[in-house]
Amino acid sequence: MNVILIALIALGAIGLLGSLLLYVVAKQFFVFEDPRVGQVEELLPGANCGGCGFPGCHGMADACVKAKDADNSLGSLLCPVGGSETMGKVADVLGLEAGAAEPKLAVVRCNGNICARPKVALYDGAKSCAVASATFSGETACAFGCLGLGDCVKACQFDAIRMNTETGLPEVDEEKCVACGACAKACPKFVIEIRKKSAMAKAPAAKRVWVSCINKDKGAAARKACANACIGCGKCQKVCKFEAITVEGNVAFIDNEKCKACGMCVSECPTGAIHATAPVMAVVEKLKAKKEAEKKAAAEAAAAAKAAETPKTEA
Amino acid sequence: MKTFKLGGVHPAANKLSDKAPIEVAAVPAMVAIPMAQNLGAPSKAIVAKGDKVKVGTVIGEPGGFLSSFVHSSVSGTVDKVDLVEDATGKKVPAVFIKVEGDEWEESIDRSKDIVREIKLEKQAIIDRVKACGIVGMGGATFPTQVKLTPPPTAKPECVIINAVECEPYLTSDHSLMLAHAEEICIGVQILEKAMGVSKAYIGIEANKPDAIKLMTETAKNGFPEIEIVPLKLKYPQGGEKQLINAVIGKEVPSGGLPIATGALVQNVGTAFAVYEAVQKNKPLIERIVTVTGKSVKKPSNFLARLGVPVADLIAAAGGVPEDTGKIISGGPMMGKAMPDTNSYMVKGCSGILVMKNEEARRKEASPCIRCAKCVHACPMGLQPNFLSKYSELGMLDEAEAERIYDCIECGSCQFSCPANRPLLDWIRQGKPKVMGILRARAAAAAEAKKAAEAAAAEKK
Repeated sequence: MNVILIALIALGAIGLLGSLLLYVVAKQFFVFEDPRVGQVEELLPGANCGGCGFPGCHGMADACVKAKDADNSLGSLLCPVGGSETMGKVADVLGLEAGAAEPKLAVVRCNGNICARPKVALYDGAKSCAVASATFSGETACAFGCLGLGDCVKACQFDAIRMNTETGLPEVDEEKCVACGACAKACPKFVIEIRKKSAMAKAPAAKRVWVSCINKDKGAAARKACANACIGCGKCQKVCKFEAITVEGNVAFIDNEKCKACGMCVSECPTGAIHATAPVMAVVEKLKAKKEAEKKAAAEAAAAAKAAETPKTEA
Repeated sequence: MKTFKLGGVHPAANKLSDKAPIEVAAVPAMVAIPMAQNLGAPSKAIVAKGDKVKVGTVIGEPGGFLSSFVHSSVSGTVDKVDLVEDATGKKVPAVFIKVEGDEWEESIDRSKDIVREIKLEKQAIIDRVKACGIVGMGGATFPTQVKLTPPPTAKPECVIINAVECEPYLTSDHSLMLAHAEEICIGVQILEKAMGVSKAYIGIEANKPDAIKLMTETAKNGFPEIEIVPLKLKYPQGGEKQLINAVIGKEVPSGGLPIATGALVQNVGTAFAVYEAVQKNKPLIERIVTVTGKSVKKPSNFLARLGVPVADLIAAAGGVPEDTGKIISGGPMMGKAMPDTNSYMVKGCSGILVMKNEEARRKEASPCIRCAKCVHACPMGLQPNFLSKYSELGMLDEAEAERIYDCIECGSCQFSCPANRPLLDWIRQGKPKVMGILRARAAAAAEAKKAAEAAAAEKK
């Protein structure tokens, strides 16, 4: 009996001391955290992908609360995973108007598939783009394009990017991509770019146009290396009504802030280096058909004029 | 016979061209001299289209502290300054020169006489070495003038000449020794004078008995302070740290400079280039390059001008054989596989190795079986199996703790791996990242120290 009593008292005393200690420590070293941070963090997806630019979702939540306190707006903060829906909820919690964040996604700016870009060398080192890129210029004559070893695929946490074995190029799944930018960071050739999903935010289907090439070689060399290369001819720049296209270092770039996805550049590109989504392509087909018709009409008119002219000179 | 203590491997020597005399390679109608021929910052071209140049005219200036001069290797007219591919297919600027005749700068002594007396003083030697664009000829192309001006805390004791040539196939250093033994010894004396030391060793591997004999005889006739050290065959004996360990038995401290042991290591080709620069005022415009391979018709040693197309040299040795799998710039262990033969001769190109498909292709990598052969092979006492995995997984703190920065990238680990794992491929990824972190940390520490000092001075 005595033994039990001693044990009970001793353990009880230890427990009491321990709890006192914990209480004191908790009071002494208490760190105040805004309760809103926890609330916001709960709304965030919890993927901790770092796509927002902060180290994980907690960091993002903290930044949101700080932004609200500092200038009463969420500014340019955007969770690429949750998109504007999540940011709307966050804004509600913080008592703000949700900003109209535009959805983005990863775009692969290389179309040098197996047929278009013949191999001139064989690489048998470690299966990694980073290693290959540090070792040599690439298996094809193009020193700028995709190496095809899939560092982007390994970097993606959302299973949104896959290697297409037929083309040898990565493909982005529009539904799954959250534009966190992990693939763009992993690519040693900077082939992947995070772009606006659609030029028209309100359009039912994504309308976007991009140059699917980053080869900075001169036109002839680029063309020799890859049939789908941008040769920097500048035709797209001339035809663009919105000054969205710049040609620098022998390669065109479309500014997706200015681009209205009219499709003019796509129809003009001689190498097919400018790509667009289906809704834009439908317009492009029409543009091309119109152009063909115009050409034909012009040729016919010229022939007719010539036919009308010839007898005159003879007479 | 001496050798280094830790690790090492024994690849087949395959010195196919060791009996081939040095042939002068033909000068083509057009050369392209790349501006990135040294370790460190690339040089800046200072000529433009239409400029007339002679052999030895400066065409490129150093682009920084760790950089060197580049000279024209031919006489003629500058055609253009354009991008060319280097050995790895990457684009570097180069000066294209249309060859017209063979007119040399008058300041260059072209006579065949050997000049024994060293007239220049210490600093003048270093200045001449810089002006003549000399870099480490073993392949690392470290600007020699920088190496000849060690930090003031260093106490140089001796010069060690690297004539090991432990890379299989290569024979450029071997053939150089057979042809220019006396000049090399004078070059060594010049290096001694520049460093203010009076002892020199020349380390030669035992598979070059004729070179050992000739160099020993030459040294006996008037170079008493030069000692020829025959070394037991083992790769990577030609590594700077390994050579110091093999010759004088000292160990370079981890993360430290080799000069901490008191030894200055220079390649035998560099010693010869230094002789030509100091005694003959001849800049580095040509070098000996081995063109070899089991399927090559005529394995040769060429004296080739810089900027000569690599394809021309291969053609001179009998052309690219049919079943070629890889063409490597340098040796098979540390050389770089070339994606094509569109590159040009540079100062660091000691060999062009044509490998048959069957010997060149890497075998499929399989999982690590923890046999630790790579650990035994590593001449730096590292654990390549861990280093490679840490690099692959981006675990840079762990890689740093395992001293990835000590790796000399010799490839012994990958050579010895029975699972054919690409160990060095990955270590080469992690090493520069860790070095970057170390440099940033050192810079931050220096900054903090400066700030603290400034604050302390203000208080006073």
